[in-house]
Formats: sequence, structure tokens, C-alpha cells
Amino acid sequence: MSAIHVTTKINGDVVDYVCEADETLLDVLRNRLGLTGAKEGCSTGDCGACSVTIDGRLTCSCLVLGVEAEGCEIDTIEGMADGEALHPLQRKFLEHAALQCGICTPGILVAAKALLDTNPEPTETEVRFGLAGNLCRCTGYDKIVRAVMDAAQEMRRA
Amino acid sequence: MKEAAALLAKEKGSAFVLAGGTDLLVRLRTGFIEPDLLVDIKRIAATRSIQVTPGGFRIGAAVTGAELGEHAKLKKAWPGVVESANLIGSKQVQGRCTMVGNLCNASPAADSVPALVAAGAKVVIVGPKGKRTVPVEQVPVAPGRTSLKKGEIIESILLPKRLSRSGDAYLRFIPRTEMDIAVVGVAASVTLDAKGVCIDARVALGAVAPTVLLVPDAAKALIGTRMDDKALDALAAACSAACRPIDDKRGTREFRIKVAGVLARRAAQIARKRAGGR
Ligand SMILES: Cc1cc2nc3c(=O)[nH]c(=O)nc-3n(C[C@H](O)[C@H](O)[C@H](O)COP(=O)(O)OP(=O)(O)OC[C@H]3O[C@@H](n4cnc5c(N)ncnc54)[C@H](O)[C@@H]3O)c2cc1C
Ligand code: FES
Ligand code: FES
Repeated sequence: MSAIHVTTKINGDVVDYVCEADETLLDVLRNRLGLTGAKEGCSTGDCGACSVTIDGRLTCSCLVLGVEAEGCEIDTIEGMADGEALHPLQRKFLEHAALQCGICTPGILVAAKALLDTNPEPTETEVRFGLAGNLCRCTGYDKIVRAVMDAAQEMRRA
Repeated sequence: MKEAAALLAKEKGSAFVLAGGTDLLVRLRTGFIEPDLLVDIKRIAATRSIQVTPGGFRIGAAVTGAELGEHAKLKKAWPGVVESANLIGSKQVQGRCTMVGNLCNASPAADSVPALVAAGAKVVIVGPKGKRTVPVEQVPVAPGRTSLKKGEIIESILLPKRLSRSGDAYLRFIPRTEMDIAVVGVAASVTLDAKGVCIDARVALGAVAPTVLLVPDAAKALIGTRMDDKALDALAAACSAACRPIDDKRGTREFRIKVAGVLARRAAQIARKRAGGR
């Protein structure tokens, strides 16, 4: 398989890259573009550590080929904060200590933002279902769920 | 679509259609397959839309689970089909996965397949020799194998027009509450008359045989009845009798046979309620 040229928009900026036909978007982001926020946990779609959105849809970037992103808009954890100002979800994760080792955190933040974008007032059950594709080995999830609920409340008031 | 089919037909090595990639990429990453050619069908317009047609619905092969769940008309007409497709994986997987991928991956436990079979769905296949339309249950032939020939691509799924007083439902048993593979899956679709008597039914089982099973005896148990306890007992017995399951760590043979009957009863009751019956 030969290298293919791809043009995308990542976090609002036009980005061109060249990748192999069988290379995943996760590998492109991490190894070619230096965007190492998305993590590789399982590479089989189970853990959600590699979560990004493609044209607004939450996706595991380990299950997408780099070439499939041609013409798409991709948002990653790197685009979540506004300069130095953290996104409310990021702040609430710190306040609630919703992370320990942190490997799951970027993926969970991306998934939580995607959830709140479509459902600004989720119930606890909806948060748990919405994040069912993101595994965390450390926190036991409760603090994560509380941080998301709290951030949602703050964002509704804003 | 024809060009895509021609590309696949021409390739001498191993060639695959790529839809959502949620099965294919896993197999690629784990080294199960080393394709010489992947043909991504998502950019072909015909695969991307859900159309309401005089005959019912035409669902493009690359329509994702998330998009099915957002289509109000489809959800109203075929709630069981949509709920089965929405059970596939997480939010992340929903954003990519397709019912046609679920069907062509040919896992005996594929969640959307029993619901499509109960609905009487057909697929439109495009290939080097033109188009053909076949019932969904004729696509999988064994675990991991389909009846599609080299160069053939499924272009769309056709769901029939919904008669009034009809309803469908899909239930699966899994050890967890989310993100798991069905140990048993049951889909039922029924139509009632004005008096609440069942005049048409289709019942299909997943994960209890090498391929999805359409169970005519289960349908017979319901047709002509008011779907009372006696009819539901006969339905459960017919479903259990049809099972040819495997025995594994996820569920023993006996367990699967029993659960198939229990779930069939519950799925039929939900379908009846959705059809406006008691
Ligand atoms: C984390 C995770 C959880 C999952 N959970 C579930 C679950 O709960 N239930 C379940 O049933 N499945 C589950 N799956 C499996 C998978 O997501 C589904 O089978 C899905 O529907 C596959 O669709 P796809 O579009 O991604 O298929 P792809 O991976 O694109 O394709 C699958 C197969 O079908 C072929 N194919 C695809 N489209 C066509 C076409 N139009 N014509 C001809 N051949 C075609 C491909 O060549 C390939 O062999 C899960 C997968 C993951 C990664
Ligand atoms: S690395 Fe993609 S889901 Fe685990
Ligand atoms: S904080 Fe360690 S996996 Fe979630």
C-alpha cells in the first residue's frame, strides 16, 4: 500500500498529511501530527481512550483510517480549552479529582462534551450510558459522573 | 456503486467493502485480515440516506446507528429495528456502525439482524451482473460467511411499509447492561386486526444457531389468537424448540434455550403493545 495525501480540518485549522492506506487516524494524530492527547488503550474500540469527534460525531479514532478523514472536520482534546482558559468540564474534572493516572481522561472529556452538546441536562443514568464506551481502571467512575453533572449545571447557568 | 463493485470484482487479492469499519478495523488491527483493497462506500451518495418510499423505507448501506436513532418516522414505524441497531456498541461505535456491516460481518450474535428478519427486510445487492434483491435471512450462511459473491456490494436495506396496528420489538440477554455480545436475541413483529386478534407475525432468533433463525412455528403460535397466555406459551415453546445453540462460558446450551423462550414472550408482548393492543 502506498502513501496517500489527505486534507482535513483539525480543531478548526486546515491540516494536510500523508499516511499509509492502512494507518489509523489515531496513529496519524499521535505519530504524524504530534497530537498525543488521544490515547491508545485497546485499539479495538472498547476503551474509548482514543475518542475524537468527526464532523461532530463521537468516534474511536483507532477504528477509523487516516484516509477516511479526507474532507472531514476533526475535533480532539487539544482543541477543548480556549487558550489558557480550561473548558468547564476540564475544570470540574480537576475540582472533583475525577482522574488518577489520567490515561482515560482525554477520551472521557471528549465523550462528555459530545454528550452535553446534544443533551445539556442529562440525568445520572444518561451520563453513565453516554460514557459507557469509555473505560477507567482507576476512579470507579463516580467522581467522573459527578464532575460531568456539575459541569453540565454550570454550563446551563452560563 | 457500479464502479465500486467493478473495483472489488477486478482485485485479484483479498478485497473488502468498508462501511463503518467497527468490525473490519478490529480484524485489520489484530492481523486477521491483510486486505489488498478496501473500498470505502461512505462517499457514495446512494448509501447515505434514509428515504420514505411508496413501498416503505429505503435505508442506505452506510447509514449509521446514530442516524437511524435520529430518524423520527423510521423509529415510529419500526421501533424494534431501530432499538436493535442502537444496541450495537457505545456512543463511539454508534457514530460509525451500520446495519449492513452488522449483517455482512455474519456474527451469529449480530443484534440488528433478527429485527431485520422479523421485519421482513430485504437487501438490494449491486454486483458485476447487475442488481438483485434478497431477503435478509439469505445473506448470512455460516459464522463469518455470507452468500455475497465476489464484487457484490449491498447498496441498501428495504423495510416494508408499515400496516396500521403493527408493532415490533427486539430484546437481547447480555451479562452486563451495555457493551456486550448477545447470548440470546429475539425479535418479534406483529399486526393485529381491529378486535386485537393477531393476523400476521414474524419471529426471529439470534445467537442460538450458526445464523439468524426465522421461526415460522413461533409466528403460527400467535396468528389467529389474541396473544393470550396460552398463545405466548406456545410461542415460547416454539422458540426454544428451534434453538441449536453452542455451549460456552457466556451461556450454556440449556440456558440459551430457556432464555430464548422467555425473551420471545416478552418481545411479543412489547410488539403487541406497540401495535396498540393491550
Ligand atoms: C466496541 C464494540 C462494540 C460492539 N458491540 C456490538 C453489539 O453490541 N452488537 C453487535 O451486533 N455488534 C457489535 N459490534 C460489532 C460491530 O460494531 C457491528 O457488527 C457493526 O454493525 C458493523 O458495522 P460497520 O459498518 O462498522 O461494518 P464494517 O466493519 O465496515 O464491515 C463489516 C463487514 O461487512 C462487510 N460490509 C460492510 N458493508 C458492506 C456492504 N454494503 N456490502 C457488502 N459487504 C459489506 C465488510 O467488508 C466487513 O466484512 C461492536 C464492535 C465494537 C468495536
Ligand atoms: S484505543 Fe480506541 S477504543 Fe481503545
Ligand atoms: S484515571 Fe486511570 S484509567 Fe481513568
